[in-house]
Amino acid sequence: MRDSRTRSKSRWAAVPLLVFVVIVFGVPMLVLLGGTFTKEGTLSTANLTESLQGAYLTALLGSVKISALVAVLGGVLGTFLAQAVVTSRFRALREAVLTASGVLANFGGVPLAFAWIATLGNSGVVTTTLGLGQHGWSLYNFWGLTLVYLYFSIPLQVLTVVPALDGLRPQWREAAQNNGASTWQFWRYVGIPVLTPALLGGVVLLFGGAFSAYATAQAMVGSTVPLVTLKIADALTGNVLIGHENVALALSLDMIVVAGLVMAVYLPLQRRSARWLR
Amino acid sequence: MASLTPQVTPGTAPGAAPAPAPSRPGRPRRPRVWRGAVLLLAAVYFLVPLIASFVFTVKAPGQGFSLDAYGQIFSAEGFGGSLLLSLGLGVATIVLVLLLTLPAVVAVRLGAPRLRPVLEVVCTLPLVVPPITFVAGISTVLRWGPDYLATTPLYQTMIAVQNPDFPVVLVLAYVVLALPFAYRSLDAGLGAIDVRTLSEAARNLGASWPHVLLRVIIPNMRSAMASASFLTLALVLGEFTIARLLSFETFPNWIYRISGSQAQVSVAVSVFSLLITWLLLLALSSAGARQRSGS
Repeated sequence: MRDSRTRSKSRWAAVPLLVFVVIVFGVPMLVLLGGTFTKEGTLSTANLTESLQGAYLTALLGSVKISALVAVLGGVLGTFLAQAVVTSRFRALREAVLTASGVLANFGGVPLAFAWIATLGNSGVVTTTLGLGQHGWSLYNFWGLTLVYLYFSIPLQVLTVVPALDGLRPQWREAAQNNGASTWQFWRYVGIPVLTPALLGGVVLLFGGAFSAYATAQAMVGSTVPLVTLKIADALTGNVLIGHENVALALSLDMIVVAGLVMAVYLPLQRRSARWLR
Repeated sequence: MASLTPQVTPGTAPGAAPAPAPSRPGRPRRPRVWRGAVLLLAAVYFLVPLIASFVFTVKAPGQGFSLDAYGQIFSAEGFGGSLLLSLGLGVATIVLVLLLTLPAVVAVRLGAPRLRPVLEVVCTLPLVVPPITFVAGISTVLRWGPDYLATTPLYQTMIAVQNPDFPVVLVLAYVVLALPFAYRSLDAGLGAIDVRTLSEAARNLGASWPHVLLRVIIPNMRSAMASASFLTLALVLGEFTIARLLSFETFPNWIYRISGSQAQVSVAVSVFSLLITWLLLLALSSAGARQRSGS
């Protein structure tokens, strides 16, 4: 009896958190949904249609394109870096790279944009030293933004993949070698299949990070690269025709759907990779 | 995979059988070259922007080396105010997120395991929803507020929440953003101690539940709470999107504003803020290491 009393009481301790999330997170999301489907006071899908046309569609596709590129590139490069660190005999190197990754994965936003502008921007140190300006170099385009996004994506991939690489037992490799497998065969039939959940999980995280990035893009390229986050911010700050304010909400809903679909891939993968990390 | 092995071995066996012997002495060489190349490339890619930013801040045109830009940070208009605002928001967010998450995490462990999936979903949602869409929702609520609530007491609350001296609405939004990180570190911290035994022992000795939480559980979770607090603080100090779209001048927004007129100072602040993140995370990882060696 005492036990059941404790049980029902302890449930109440979680209530403040749930109520808080319902009000602070749930209400804005409901309003977002409601606003998307209302235009001038009546129920309509006009906002959603508009958000999937013309410049808005270009921006949405632009965001998906850069995020996919960053996710794949960052995923591959991050995995190579992680493998180089994991197989190294120097313990200090490993610690240094992991700590640096922890910092750099969090180094986003405005400071990141400014660090790159100071490096490779029009009057950046490397640009002026090497005279890249004469060769038509510009940081303020799609590829420049990709280069900058990789700066926090690669470390994130390192952090995600290192535990999985640690879980790759040396015995498996020895067993494969004893059976006459080449390095390539080991990776093709043992290494990659075991690592796949962790690798894909990392790629999904990178996609999410690049997809929702706003600060870096805003501080770096302004609006020269069409991105959905920039379009939403534009529309929210009143940079749209009267009566079209709710397009920002429709675009947000598009974003949530894309991010949700990608995350839906991630969650089961995370559960699968957790099995190998034990 | 078992079916693959026979297919592979016959084809490679003639070539592979003599191979292991000569390849063994040469074996460590190749990975080392490959590893060196990867590490070198990574070092160039990650260090050059840091070094270049520093050079950018100390190289005044026509003067050579000078640390003026760093001196100007502290005298720049708006620096103190925006930094204090961000720090204040950070502290308020930490307090609120711990107050909300800790009891919930403890409750789920001790008495209500059926609530765990609910809590897990609730604490993952903010990761799925990009901050910009969250702020789109918030700003719409704040915009509609005056139209629908003008006659109710809620209206006053909505005005108070947007006080530019201390925008409570930002604290509320940041708590939502920090929830996933706080939940994960607190849950992991709680998993590392035997909460059930500890709390039952305390209860048998006559301690009340608040007493158990304050005097038994919290002291055992110091490092998990520190890590949750550090992550939250780093998040709040760097958050740009929500504050900008709700037009509050927090620290990152101040950096963004001055970049137009004082490029060097803004880069100097960026380098400076990276340094602060380094220190926060180093403190965090050394606190974690101490905890591990202690237990």
